[in-house]
Amino acid sequence: MKLVIFAGPPTCGKTTVIRQVLKRMIARQIKPAYLKIDVLYADDDSIIAKEFGIPVKKIYSGELCPDHCNVVVLDEAVEWAEKSGASYLFVETAGLCLRCSPYVENSLGIVVLEATSGMNLPRKIGPMLTLADISVITKIDLISQAEREVFRYRVLESAKGITVVESNALYGIGIDPIVKHILKTPDVEFPMFLRGNPPVGTCTICVGKKEIGAKNHFGVLRTLDHELFYVGE
Amino acid sequence: MEVNKITLFGGYGKDGSEEKVKEFSMEVGDIVSIVGPTGCGKTTLINDIELFANQNTPSGRRVSINDEPVPEDFIFDPSNHPIALISQHTNFLSDLPVEEFLTIHATVRGAKDVESIITETLNFANELTGEAIMRDIGMTELSGGQTRSLLIADAVVIGNSPIILLDEIENAGIHRTKALELLKRYKKIFVFVTHDPCIALMSDFRIVMKNGAMQQMISTRQEEKRVVGKMKQIDDMMLDFRQIIRSGDELTESLFNENFKVLTF
Repeated sequence: MKLVIFAGPPTCGKTTVIRQVLKRMIARQIKPAYLKIDVLYADDDSIIAKEFGIPVKKIYSGELCPDHCNVVVLDEAVEWAEKSGASYLFVETAGLCLRCSPYVENSLGIVVLEATSGMNLPRKIGPMLTLADISVITKIDLISQAEREVFRYRVLESAKGITVVESNALYGIGIDPIVKHILKTPDVEFPMFLRGNPPVGTCTICVGKKEIGAKNHFGVLRTLDHELFYVGE
Repeated sequence: MEVNKITLFGGYGKDGSEEKVKEFSMEVGDIVSIVGPTGCGKTTLINDIELFANQNTPSGRRVSINDEPVPEDFIFDPSNHPIALISQHTNFLSDLPVEEFLTIHATVRGAKDVESIITETLNFANELTGEAIMRDIGMTELSGGQTRSLLIADAVVIGNSPIILLDEIENAGIHRTKALELLKRYKKIFVFVTHDPCIALMSDFRIVMKNGAMQQMISTRQEEKRVVGKMKQIDDMMLDFRQIIRSGDELTESLFNENFKVLTF
């Protein structure tokens, strides 16, 4: 089983890129399975099932962090894809807090970024970009040449050695290089491991303490003017 | 690598039939126009050039540079990318002040003397636009005409791209025939998508499009060059009328007739 993980901020064009890629994969007689992990709402799974007739699955992470959700379900998802007869599993995630990245070792990590989100975006999103193998930049036709150059430069500055693909996915432009990389993806190995380290955990907010202010919490904390410190046993 | 020549090899039109123009080449110093009715595929054509189509776009066209396939680092390295495209949708999204924005772009492009290149860029832009662009104004506060002017100036001067594609600049509220004359001073390849007869006839040749396909390639003959000289006079007259109305004056019959009499044909 080969695993391809697509991440990127909401509405950046992940699904459009995936549909263009699927079109080209299916033309090569490869039928991937597709898993969508989203927080509250998604209908891409039914659209993709209808358009391509491939096995699809959708999970709402709901109360759970979507990247957390990705970690706890991915092994079963690979088994599901295998049982459904696919040789590839495409996972589309909703990266949100920008401290995690959903990529797994021996998978292909693709981050989709929209050029219209501003020249500073590549500097803001951390491991979702820096741990990816390919950065697909969408909506390139909407911004000035200057901003486009600065955007691409800053992607390369944040994630050295990453492959940058500029695409106008609506018109299927710039999709072939992505497919070329996908076809070279190795098989995943078990047990699977996350690429990179997750953020510092055991968080009181995550477990439901809603009071604002460091004095109401314990564990690893900080105040406005002091760096991280620890309160607790 | 220096770009001296770019060649486009034809593909297929919307109905799948082969394009009548099998290939055309543009060399440094050339000005080329793409003409044809709305929806005939002009923008798609320049998108193909911009993306160095290699039979991987819906049209099946192919691009070569200096008679060779396009090198990969041209496509992926921002400071090497030889094409700047200014489309009808292109805009500045950054709200940085003009000077700071141009500094970032010049730095990314590896400019040695950032200050002088910014001055040159702004001077160029200000020749195209009605109201001068101030250095400390936010990019998103620029007017439509100022934005187009700065997009063009930035691509020509800071980007120094050897190939510049301009999609319908006549709608931009800038002095277009002046723009063309200014652009001619720079040794580049300019491709205009245009509905404007002046721009089309001031080009070295034009590609006529229909139904997604290149139908004809027409070189501008001496006779057309004489015609465009006359058209420019009419154009300048219209600009004078525009100026009269813009500045709050009335366009009287006698003023109209006076302007008309100046025409030398």
